Amino acid sequence: MTLLSIEGVSRKFGNVTALSDVSIDIQQGEFFALLGPSGCGKTTLLRILAGFETPDSGGVRLDGGDLLKLAPHKRPVNLMFQSYALFPHMTVAKNVAYGLERENLPRAEIKARVGEVLEKVGLEPMANRRPAQLSGGQQQRVALARAIVKRPRLLLLDEPLSALDKKVRAEMQLELKRLQHEVGITFVVVTHDQEEAMSLADRIAVMDQGRVEQVDAPVTLYDRPRTYFVADFIGANNLFTGAIRGGVFSAEGLGPLPSKATTADGPSALAIRPERVRLTEPTPGMVQGVVVDVSFYGGVSHIAVEVTGLGRKVLAATQGSARITPGTVVGVTWRPEDAVLIAN
Amino acid sequence: MSRGRGSNLARLIFLGPGLIMLTLLAVVPMLLMLSTMFFQRGRFGGVVYEFTTANFSRLFQPLYLNVIQDSLVVAGLVTVLALLIGYPTAYAIAQLPPKWKTIALLAVMLPFWTNFLIRMYAWTILLSGPGLVNEALTGIGLIDKPLDLLYNRGTVVVGLLYGYLSLMILPIYSAVERLDPRLREASANLGASPVRTFFSVTLPLTLPSALIGAVLVFVPSFGNFVVPEILGGGKAIMVGNLIRDQFLKARDWPFGATIALVMIVVTVVLLLAQAVVSRRTRSA
Repeated sequence: MTLLSIEGVSRKFGNVTALSDVSIDIQQGEFFALLGPSGCGKTTLLRILAGFETPDSGGVRLDGGDLLKLAPHKRPVNLMFQSYALFPHMTVAKNVAYGLERENLPRAEIKARVGEVLEKVGLEPMANRRPAQLSGGQQQRVALARAIVKRPRLLLLDEPLSALDKKVRAEMQLELKRLQHEVGITFVVVTHDQEEAMSLADRIAVMDQGRVEQVDAPVTLYDRPRTYFVADFIGANNLFTGAIRGGVFSAEGLGPLPSKATTADGPSALAIRPERVRLTEPTPGMVQGVVVDVSFYGGVSHIAVEVTGLGRKVLAATQGSARITPGTVVGVTWRPEDAVLIAN
Repeated sequence: MSRGRGSNLARLIFLGPGLIMLTLLAVVPMLLMLSTMFFQRGRFGGVVYEFTTANFSRLFQPLYLNVIQDSLVVAGLVTVLALLIGYPTAYAIAQLPPKWKTIALLAVMLPFWTNFLIRMYAWTILLSGPGLVNEALTGIGLIDKPLDLLYNRGTVVVGLLYGYLSLMILPIYSAVERLDPRLREASANLGASPVRTFFSVTLPLTLPSALIGAVLVFVPSFGNFVVPEILGGGKAIMVGNLIRDQFLKARDWPFGATIALVMIVVTVVLLLAQAVVSRRTRSA
């Protein structure tokens, strides 16, 4: 069931286009991510959903009703701020109770729900502390508790984990996912960190320069990128520009490459993941190159190959340590079905 | 701890000159002056160093207590009015676009570049019988004959308010300006109406600065003697006039020092109260 539908939303700030005709449908109970580099418009979209910005054109419907008509404080949407925005003059319990007090609920119920949610995020012993007395991770959990205690239809999270160090981050990722299953609220998370988006979200909208490039499940985004930007942005990729003629992809300066053309003739790009690239004995007709660098990362090794006629190096990944040494002349190939063709 | 000692030394080097100046040129002379309140005045002015507590018992005569009380009322009124006018003004300025912000702040500070005395005399011209205000009011037919706007307690309040309002506006402005706009957004996001947000978030977080403004307005208002003299026509006497008269006219330094002590005590009490309240709202 569609909970939120964003229909053709555009927003300009002066000459800068923050959002250009963005349309996304988000399902009930989904963990949805808006992913893109900074300045791609994802935060503007989030602020429109929360009511702090208004779009120049387009509409937003929540449960079928017009969300844009509601004032920010009347929306069944809660936002967890990137900076947490905890009230410094209130205790943790007061911060969490703030939203419930605005609903004029009975005191006993407020107290019970605040206790319940603080227990859920493991902060019960901190209830009477002020935000300044907490660590970054604890503050983040207070912000989360404050946002979910109102049981909103939609929970927005703005770069929720960006201020945390790596270890706390991994813990919080798991915790966020567990919590989302427990409370059953629809989550929309904004992030520039693709690993975060990939590990958390059911579906991801990749955004660039105010446009939605692709909306898909993480695995699909990784395996079948539909645009050059997505292929380049998500994970490491080897990209070749060229054209499809007669069902065969030819790269500029290299000639035909292994692929299965599914798109029509025309200018195109070919993407192949490093882990799909195979380095072999060079044979005639094959793309050839010289190994320039081998880096060992423990589980995998990355091998950079200098290919004549190509601007950037081709990257190959192998399991374990590589037995190849820099200076070796190799053939670069892959299975045709592993290559992804992207029409321009 | 070597690090602690190092920073203490640095602190001493930076603070030292200022502290020495303050002690030698302000604290010591003040203590010397205040010490005269335990002595008697000489017949022709000056101080006779014979111990007495007469100055204190004189302070509690109804005549002087009334003046002190009047001054507290006037200064209190000025402070409350400054808060009521200054807070919305400061808040509004903080919401302006940057360019207008600068212009508005300049307008607030502009009067400071003119001599206080001249500004007060300007008010007498405005408010006098044939002055601008009365002319305008009779001109548009609101009143038949000029109003008595000058030389009463109300005029003193207006003059002091005008003189010190910017001392209220500036600290509040800087507090509102510094306030993270996301706190207000968070409040709205959690279901608080704009009014609720103001009273639950904006006001408590800017209160310490408003209290600083209140102290900055109250203290000079309480001790002022120029405004009661010029705009009050000498009819509304305040503590400041009393102290000045004791020193310059009656040549009674010991009693003048005793009244001055009242001012210092009031100021210190206010500053302490401000500090306590600020600490409570800010406590980390």
